[in-house]
Amino acid sequence: MADSGVIDGPGRKDEIERAKSEGKDLTKEEKQRLRKEKKQQKKIKEKKDDKASQENEKEKKPVTSAAPASQPPTQPTVQKAPSAVPATAPVSVPASEASVPADKPTKTKAELKAERRARQEAERASKQTKKGETGQQAATSKPKAPPSDLQPVVKRLPEHIQVDNPDVLKKLAKKLERQQIPLRSDYGYKVSLFSHLHQYSRKAPLTQQLSIPSTVIHPAIVRLGLQYSHGIVAGSNARSVALLHAFKQVIRDYTTPQNEELSRDLVNKLKPYISFLNQCRPLSASMGNAIKYIKKEISNIPSNCKEDEAKNKLLNCIESYINEKIILAGVAIAKCAIEKQKISDGDVILVYGCSSLVNHILCKAFEKNRKFRVIVVDSRPRLEGKEALRRLVQKGISCTYVLISAVSYILPEVSKVFLGAHALLANGYVMSRVGTSQIALVAKAFNVPVLVCCETYKFCDRVQTDSFVSNELDDPDDLIVTRKGTTPLEGWENESSLGLLNLVYDVTPPDFVDLVITELGMIPCTSVPVVLRVKNVDQ
Amino acid sequence: MTASPQPPGCTPEVLPRQNTGMVELLTMPGPYKETDLTERVEAFLSDLKRGGTGAGPLRGSAETARETTALLRKITAQARWSSAGDLMEIIRKDGRRMTAAQPSETTVGNMIRRVLKIIREEYARSRGSSEEADQESLHKLLTSGGLSEENFRQPFALLKSNVIEAINELLTELEGTTDNIAMQALEHIHSNEVIMTIGRSRTVEAFLKDAARKRKFHVIVAECAPFCQGHEMATNLSKAGIETTVITDAAIFAVMSRVNKVIIGTQTVLANGGLRAINGTHTLALAAKHHSTPLIVCAPMFKLSPQFPNEEDTFHKFVSPHEVLPFTEGEILSKVNVHCPVFDYVPPELITLFISNIGGHAPSYIYRLMSELYHPEDHEL
Repeated sequence: MADSGVIDGPGRKDEIERAKSEGKDLTKEEKQRLRKEKKQQKKIKEKKDDKASQENEKEKKPVTSAAPASQPPTQPTVQKAPSAVPATAPVSVPASEASVPADKPTKTKAELKAERRARQEAERASKQTKKGETGQQAATSKPKAPPSDLQPVVKRLPEHIQVDNPDVLKKLAKKLERQQIPLRSDYGYKVSLFSHLHQYSRKAPLTQQLSIPSTVIHPAIVRLGLQYSHGIVAGSNARSVALLHAFKQVIRDYTTPQNEELSRDLVNKLKPYISFLNQCRPLSASMGNAIKYIKKEISNIPSNCKEDEAKNKLLNCIESYINEKIILAGVAIAKCAIEKQKISDGDVILVYGCSSLVNHILCKAFEKNRKFRVIVVDSRPRLEGKEALRRLVQKGISCTYVLISAVSYILPEVSKVFLGAHALLANGYVMSRVGTSQIALVAKAFNVPVLVCCETYKFCDRVQTDSFVSNELDDPDDLIVTRKGTTPLEGWENESSLGLLNLVYDVTPPDFVDLVITELGMIPCTSVPVVLRVKNVDQ
Repeated sequence: MTASPQPPGCTPEVLPRQNTGMVELLTMPGPYKETDLTERVEAFLSDLKRGGTGAGPLRGSAETARETTALLRKITAQARWSSAGDLMEIIRKDGRRMTAAQPSETTVGNMIRRVLKIIREEYARSRGSSEEADQESLHKLLTSGGLSEENFRQPFALLKSNVIEAINELLTELEGTTDNIAMQALEHIHSNEVIMTIGRSRTVEAFLKDAARKRKFHVIVAECAPFCQGHEMATNLSKAGIETTVITDAAIFAVMSRVNKVIIGTQTVLANGGLRAINGTHTLALAAKHHSTPLIVCAPMFKLSPQFPNEEDTFHKFVSPHEVLPFTEGEILSKVNVHCPVFDYVPPELITLFISNIGGHAPSYIYRLMSELYHPEDHEL
């Protein structure tokens, strides 16, 4: 990355000017490229400074902590939380490089820029020689080491966990206005511990505020958003597959406008759709990874590609992603679990809620004539376990059904616990449906092994230690229930000191989980960052 | 067993006969005099039977205890007996029927054992012999010798009035239990605390309301499906001005890291210091242990029962599974086993403190309290 930047220096400046004249949308990418260039030039300068200040180094103490402190100020502006864009920026540079049509050389601007850059470089270099962190410099100036692993990354916080910050809300409102998407308002009294999260009501879907026909958002996406917000499509695999199919439809209906690049324009077309879906229901980790993949694929389309060809290529990419990462991964996991005797005869297996992957494994094991019975544990208010129960009973598996409060009664009968996951975090925590950590806790107390089944596309590089900082709040009215003719919680909105909390996710610490079954094999919970690193290197 | 003249409509029950050589009590003289008494007893029995299924109005344990004690006082007053032994036998017989009507309602049995202990004490006092306070002492057992053959035959004139007076004292004590426990609230709750509780307990409700008069804190109530009694508890607490949040059972572990104390009520306190509490309490206790959060149990003394957890098959009680999987799920109902247990066992290692009307105790002290309340021969009615 560093090398290509140095070579393309002068050509880039023209690019930047052309881009500026074309529109605001590319500014961010261009800005990132600018900053990357600055960083690389700074590195070159510092190499020279290194040799100069070898003697000074012995006098001054190498304050290594100062080095990362001075570097992050340049980094946060370079990398954003959804790191798709920086990944695409350097890649798209050579693509757009080749297709520079009419240049508009405004040398004066470029010259000013160069001067400014030189000044900043000089200032930064002088600061760093004062602090004398040559060791750190040497490490980061090596172009061969993959930078993403070693550089301290300060990511920008996603908006959906900063609801209590009015500035962030204002920014979001402006962005949505620009993209012509209605802003969904929060509903009901929020528990103070969760005031940083959104809480929406299912009775007020976002689509009510959309005009018909909506010109900005593709109808397939509108339908998808409605399905998400009403819980018709639920479960991380289902949501990702539905999302990818909707995007396929979008790509089929897409035509490149005049003077536009498919690779850049399509990505920009997708941005409002993603904001809309985010407003309907916060994106899951699997959906985030799928979107990153699509954006990367789109940006990788060479610009000399014909439109039909490009679209076909994209459709095939998406198809193969679904096939590889979701369907075949499921088959591999089931095979792994059954062949390695994780489900043996006479087993009593406990499952929680409805995980498509776990149901798939159990059905496959039953087809292979393993003799086992299943206990399905369910919890209010979603009662997803009933769906799992239906699927298993249809296959002919003998099942028992209890609610989560009875789990310590039923656990002495259980030999294994199979859990599904929504995402696996980089510190080994398992993010899953609320109640999963409880089941793992009680299973641990009774010494029952806990196995988590998860495809690798759900691994994400976030870290989290408790269920508060990043979660999803569902409609609080779901908790209301009528028993024996009375509804105690009926007028809860009028009670000023009463709040209802309907959490969707929770995190399970890795010491409760004995094994994670993925399509790469059976790994312990703590090996998730290794898998992520391997995936990054592959890409 | 001879057929005794019993009022019509009363099914003769086959009771295990005690081989102690006592007077044949089934031929009670003058049955028509005690008709209204036996009617009272029958009414109470049917009430117990109905109350357990959840179909009738749910009665709190305190109410049951008071009614049982009042009934026992009436039996003492109206039934025909000449010596303490007779009275004890009458009470035992009725007591067995009452406990058989609703085995999970242990307060009934507890009250019966309390009254039996009262009778023993009054008898001993009337006889003038010293209280066998340290009967467990091995030395006393060896030297006292004759006490175990005591069959309470001696009639005393004032015994009846003494016993009734003592039972009245017991009733007063019962009426004040909730207030006594609530008075201790301020010693245990400080400001800005987050307290977690589960289901509905009148004792805990009074406890928290009393503390809320002086301190500001936050309460999280786990709703405890499928009965969802937590909802009622939450509305009552919020009406008293306490900041309350209702969570589902599945979120107990998720929010436990922010909780400072867990305060729960229970149905029974077992002889080893464990609990028989509403289902979901064991999970709550495990989560509290994991986060090292203290678990405080508010239980009045009449809930203390001499049972051990694995003694009887009656530990677990199940109600209709349609609470869990309603009949609307027609096709799969016939192919699925559904369980709906009501109670959970919580081992004493997970409990930090018991708060009762006579103060706070550690779970390891429960055995001592039991020996003060009940006589060992009464453990088996």
